[in-house]
Amino acid sequence: MNQDIYVVVEHLRGQAADISYVMLAAARVLAQGTGGNVVAVLLGHDAQELADDLAADQVLYVDDPALAEFTSDAYEKALAGLVEENAPRAVLFGDTSIGADVAGGLSAQLELPLVSYCQSVRADDGALKFVSQICGGKIMTEGDLPDTTTLVTMIPGGFKPEEGQSAQRPEVTPVTAPALEDLRVTLKQYIEPEVGDVDISTEPILIAVGRGVQSEDDVEFAEELAEALGGAVCSSRPLVDQGWLPTARMVGKSGKRVKPKLYLAMGISGAPEHVEGIADSELIVAVNTDPDAPIFDLAQYGADIDLYDLIPALAEQIRQAKGS
Amino acid sequence: MNIVVPVKLVPDLVEELEIDESGAALDTTWMRLMVNEFDDHAVEQAILLKERGGGQVTILAPDAEDVDDVLFTAAAKGADRLIKITGPFEEQVNNHALARSLAAVVEELQPDLVLTGVQAHNDLDGPVGPLLAEYLGMPYVGYVSGVTASDGNVVAQKEYPGGLLAEMEVALPAVLGIQAAEEPPRYVAFSRVRQAMKSADISEQAVAELDLSGSPTVGRMFQPEAGERATMIEGDEDEVATRLVEIFKDAGVL
Amino acid sequence: MAKTAVSQSASLNEAFYTSLFEVPDGEQVKKCLQCASCSGVCPFGYLMDFPPGRMIGALRADMFDNVMDTDTVWMCMSCHACAEVCPAQIPLTAGLMTRAKEELLLAGNIPTELQDALENSQRYGNPLGESPRKRAAWTKGLDGDVPILTKAKRPVDVLWFVGDYPSYHPRVQRVSQALAKVLNALGVDFGILGPEENSDGDSQRLAGERGLFEMMAEKNGRAFHKYEFNEIVTTDPHAYNALKNEYPALGISYPVRHYTQFLAERLDQLKPLLKQEVEARVTYHDPCYLGRTNDVYDEPRQLLKAIPGVELAEMSHQRENSLCCGGGGGGMWLDGFTWERAETRLSEWRVREAVAAGADILAVACPYEPPRFEDAAKMVQGAGRLVVKDIAELLADAMGD
Ligand SMILES: Cc1cc2nc3c(=O)[nH]c(=O)nc-3n(C[C@H](O)[C@H](O)[C@H](O)COP(=O)(O)OP(=O)(O)OC[C@H]3O[C@@H](n4cnc5c(N)ncnc54)[C@H](O)[C@@H]3O)c2cc1C
Ligand code: SF4
Ligand code: SF4
Repeated sequence: MNQDIYVVVEHLRGQAADISYVMLAAARVLAQGTGGNVVAVLLGHDAQELADDLAADQVLYVDDPALAEFTSDAYEKALAGLVEENAPRAVLFGDTSIGADVAGGLSAQLELPLVSYCQSVRADDGALKFVSQICGGKIMTEGDLPDTTTLVTMIPGGFKPEEGQSAQRPEVTPVTAPALEDLRVTLKQYIEPEVGDVDISTEPILIAVGRGVQSEDDVEFAEELAEALGGAVCSSRPLVDQGWLPTARMVGKSGKRVKPKLYLAMGISGAPEHVEGIADSELIVAVNTDPDAPIFDLAQYGADIDLYDLIPALAEQIRQAKGS
Repeated sequence: MNIVVPVKLVPDLVEELEIDESGAALDTTWMRLMVNEFDDHAVEQAILLKERGGGQVTILAPDAEDVDDVLFTAAAKGADRLIKITGPFEEQVNNHALARSLAAVVEELQPDLVLTGVQAHNDLDGPVGPLLAEYLGMPYVGYVSGVTASDGNVVAQKEYPGGLLAEMEVALPAVLGIQAAEEPPRYVAFSRVRQAMKSADISEQAVAELDLSGSPTVGRMFQPEAGERATMIEGDEDEVATRLVEIFKDAGVL
Repeated sequence: MAKTAVSQSASLNEAFYTSLFEVPDGEQVKKCLQCASCSGVCPFGYLMDFPPGRMIGALRADMFDNVMDTDTVWMCMSCHACAEVCPAQIPLTAGLMTRAKEELLLAGNIPTELQDALENSQRYGNPLGESPRKRAAWTKGLDGDVPILTKAKRPVDVLWFVGDYPSYHPRVQRVSQALAKVLNALGVDFGILGPEENSDGDSQRLAGERGLFEMMAEKNGRAFHKYEFNEIVTTDPHAYNALKNEYPALGISYPVRHYTQFLAERLDQLKPLLKQEVEARVTYHDPCYLGRTNDVYDEPRQLLKAIPGVELAEMSHQRENSLCCGGGGGGMWLDGFTWERAETRLSEWRVREAVAAGADILAVACPYEPPRFEDAAKMVQGAGRLVVKDIAELLADAMGD
């Protein structure tokens, strides 16, 4: 076994996924502990330019038409030989629709241990530590990566994607793909999401408005903020009742259960029927002129300020932050 | 089509979880188990496939408290065969061991299709589906939210972030990890479950030993500290906005 | 006993029709005059494809299949208004409408919202999906003692059956806390089941889940059996109805009263404790399962009148004519479904009546109502000042500190 940390780069239709950079940042932390290199493994076809901004010491590039887009069978076949021959200290995958499809198969095939739901890693006195989030985030699990090539699937949150990006182009080493024949999984086509209403139950960023909003026109305000932040607007029941927002945007007992990374609740009191729908949110921030509003019992951050004052200021600062 | 659905029970998150004296495992004294929600979707998808194209649905579950109820509920929904796998599962079994035990039983059933839940919240060593697929020598596709069967293969709708779907053609026999069935899992009247308790059979298959290799060792478990009440941000709108931008950045949403 | 599913039998229509005879007075259905009084009085009769009279017409025409194809039967909140007015005295709510929901549920024709509440009830013993272990969490930090029978290990006079919403809903927990204060002030020897208490199951039964109701009733029956007490007193009219009218047929038979009945009997002892004036015009909403269904109209009013300063005003619909709040028979778990079809809420209608009666306080005696009416008061013009309080809360307030 060598001391390198491998990262299997995830990309879809010519675009690298954020998790790839998150993993490179994690890999750097581990490699500093082992004294090995960060090695990005890029599988694709005519996709070499995806290597350009990877913060890796080396990129192993496997080019094959069968790897043009992700399929589990081709990826697994291409990776199996590579991992077995090079025996790196660890191989990082995204805990995603791509990484989770192949990491398990490789673990079983190569008899290598697998650590899932890993949020952060660190090197500690020669040992490599992982922290995984299980039970829907209610339990954190910490341990040492086993003393053999270990496969790890990573969730976001522990490292920032910027830390895995680099302006300097890494060294790219082409690697010949094994024969990718008799594949049992083939991609037929992509289907674009229907252009219709957004599905708030899967949106990562939600701007939620309640009766603190005075009129239908003011919902625009929230839309603007959502646009600046790149999220969607949803609401408590009264706004839907009044027809200001479609029923599909209602959150709560009679509406949808949501689990965004950010739930920004503005002018919502936090009635039990509403709160029922947001308990699984990762981060709740509440804005309400009433400092005793029950929503503050649930939110991690709060501000007792008029939403009409805050929204323009916040939208502006977000645009600036994004612009820079 | 002969469809096999392995389901597993996981800790119910409605109950407070506690960590035991070792500090490295969940305390099972008060723990309540429930069927993994994605496995429930796998059961529904299997029954939908059967209703559309005929066939047989077999549900497999490792032994656990209340597992019979889970099996009978599946029978009331339309599953044909129920199998309980008995063995030393009281220990903190991992998914590698579970997949190995399941593989032995599934192999004998000679399924065309195996559906599992895409993941469970306690899969520290990876979800069951891909492990099982490898032990069975079958292909695997996960994050599936729709399945159409045709001759010798299925077309699975695989989900990517942002609502993008990929249609994957998968040669049978295969294992699919179901994220969502095409219809929400159906409700069956409790009287039907009671009927199933009287009429359906659960056959048992014993596994002698568990091979736990493939999972990391847990050194420590802890609960992220839960905030009591919101941390209030003071100041005028600009100050609040500035602080919020920082918070959004830290949370990785900006 | 469980009614057998009739869905698979040769003629669903015939089997369904004759199954109605099994309900007490069920054969009255043969006497329907097609007068449509039921459809007229039904709060959602104008929206239902088959309000009671029309459903009976369909049955006579062998067209029950058409009923099964619709979903507006789920608009019925088992409010008993139709049964109250039917000149042929047909048990329309207990029989016809409930049986129709049972058939729809067996056929899988059930709104998802309702499905969640039923699954929660099955799994956690309460429709809110809360941990059964936390059923007595509302007692934490109270001044007075609320003994849990497993721990008390002694016979008590009164077993207080708290109910689902009074145990878990943050707004209604305040009602339980108020009632605990009143019972303690009166020196009542009482205890609760705590985590051993299950949902009474009545609203689930009226929403078509008879099997689930029986399972939960059996669990409660086993818990009752473990302890010694003289009577059951409950916060919840739905629990009262179940314990009084439905449990005995399952072999679970105990004397039971709603808390308003229990307290009204102790008025002499209670009155001197009510020292604090509540200067307000108060109107009282008769809950369907206390009033119309079980004829308890006077005791709640006696309690209100005993509070110094209270001026009791009646709404235009009162006593046997009371308007349903929309929460019964599964309505509590069909809010979105109902709104989509009606674009109005019965609770809002009721709040408008309270405002029209010039009330400062809308007094209630059913745990579904504080959250429903407070929510409605936010939507109704001119209801901004209306306070919604359970009678137990008003009594506790009047006791002062
Ligand atoms: C059976 C049932 C089911 C229900 N289902 C749902 C459901 O699915 N979803 C749901 O949301 N509700 C539901 N409700 C309704 C619920 O009980 C509440 O009435 C509702 O959530 C209140 O919405 P809100 O917070 O927007 O309004 P309010 O409770 O009126 O709160 C408005 C808040 O805005 C604040 N505010 C006012 N002006 C400003 C300002 N300028 N800047 C900042 N803050 C301001 C106020 O302080 C207040 O806290 C249900 C109710 C029942 C009975
Ligand atoms: S009120 Fe009674 S008699 Fe009249 S139509 Fe309705 S069910 Fe028939
Ligand atoms: S019980 Fe009430 S809601 Fe149901 S049909 Fe009769 S009047 Fe209508």
